[in-house]
Amino acid sequence: MVSGELSKGLPKTADVVIVGSGVQGASIAYNLAKMGVRDVLVLDAGDLLTGSTGRCAAGIRAQWGGELNCKLAKASLDIFETLSDELGMDIGLHQGGYLIVAYLDSEFQQLKRNVQLQNSLGINSVILSHDEVKERFPALDISNAVGFTYHHRDGHADPFLTTLAYIEGAKRLGVNFYFRTKVTGIEARGDRVEGVQTSKGYISTKVVVNAAGPWARDIAQMVGLSIPVEPEAHEIVVTEPVPRILDPMVISFSGNFYMQQRPNGSFIMGMGPEPYAHPKDQYSLTWKFPYIMAQKVTKLLPALREVRLLRHWAGYYAVTPDRHPILGESRYVKGFYMSVGFSGHGFMLAPITGKLIAEMIIGKKPSIDVSSLRPERFEEGKLVFEPMVV
Amino acid sequence: MSDPIIVCRCEDVTLQEVREWISRGYTSLEDLRRILRLGMGPCQGRTCIPIVQRELARMTGKSIDEIGSPTGRPPAVGVELGAFTSD
Repeated sequence: MVSGELSKGLPKTADVVIVGSGVQGASIAYNLAKMGVRDVLVLDAGDLLTGSTGRCAAGIRAQWGGELNCKLAKASLDIFETLSDELGMDIGLHQGGYLIVAYLDSEFQQLKRNVQLQNSLGINSVILSHDEVKERFPALDISNAVGFTYHHRDGHADPFLTTLAYIEGAKRLGVNFYFRTKVTGIEARGDRVEGVQTSKGYISTKVVVNAAGPWARDIAQMVGLSIPVEPEAHEIVVTEPVPRILDPMVISFSGNFYMQQRPNGSFIMGMGPEPYAHPKDQYSLTWKFPYIMAQKVTKLLPALREVRLLRHWAGYYAVTPDRHPILGESRYVKGFYMSVGFSGHGFMLAPITGKLIAEMIIGKKPSIDVSSLRPERFEEGKLVFEPMVV
Repeated sequence: MSDPIIVCRCEDVTLQEVREWISRGYTSLEDLRRILRLGMGPCQGRTCIPIVQRELARMTGKSIDEIGSPTGRPPAVGVELGAFTSD
């Protein structure tokens, strides 16, 4: 007979307690253990991958419009490309590229500026003509589009497999994971973290990492911090698997959609919530969503008309006012770190941000300077700009 | 039991894989669904979920009620995307 938990009995102490076992928590835990921190504990109120990671659309891209996002995303792609070997498990990597479609002139001007920036940072994205797109991706109907950019190293990784690989890799290095274990309070003495109260007992610790995704605001509140991270529900549908007809993820900001064929042949697709009035804080589904989605994608890829839609679900973006994550230790509560507010892009950035947070915790200079993403930037009025968010 | 026994025909999951992940401590149905993609293929779990529930019950000593069932996802059966665009 097998016990009900991955490890029995919650320990009384830990060097680091991570709240949240999604891809952020799992990547931070693995990176800490790899850097030699042995006594790391990861707590999750739910089952494996029931939060935002397990509901996300599996896209990974380096085509961004802000310099910092470009640097972070490129560093993440570098890690994704060797991650299966490093962790000893398949992560479902498929680099079919991202094709970004502009339907407006102004949008295409912005995309062209982005390519210049990306190229200057070592991201070899290109501008494609209509003829080039027709030749490379003949299944697409691009008659209304103005222009395109493409980066061949973008694409897909499996959020379930990637996170599981991080969790199993961290466990091999001694990290313990406790699912179905809810954090109910965080103790601080003066300006320092002292411990974590949970539904299964108290853990004394000097370091707590908030990696609670859409619930990050509630966890920060436990140490008296107010952070502007709002859950924002987005819907997704996926089809049955069919033989491969499309390699890249196709996205458009003005068209408001993303769509890609996964390695198993199914198509996954979604859009921003504006056209269908979804309640922001619920997993409930909108009947209009599959209609609007189907109209968009069957126009773009007519072959999809005969492909059956199989599943429809919702998940939360954890959105900040500047749509950048909050990374780093609180100035007000020592030992309280945050890796939250990724605004829909946490999965693709997790390989690098997990490493950066681990470096901060062991007192090493982070290998990419993310001080502009510090938790206090909102009260200082120093927001970070990014033009490229779906 | 050396020949693989397929419990999920959509995602080619074997009984041996199910048992291995349960033994590694992933003892909830939700954990197993996300590791093995059980119930996410064209049949939506009609074949595999009852088998895996029984296997979990046998290996953990929990009842089927305690193990629970996955959230149903619409549509109940697959619908061609073209059907959403006909009017």
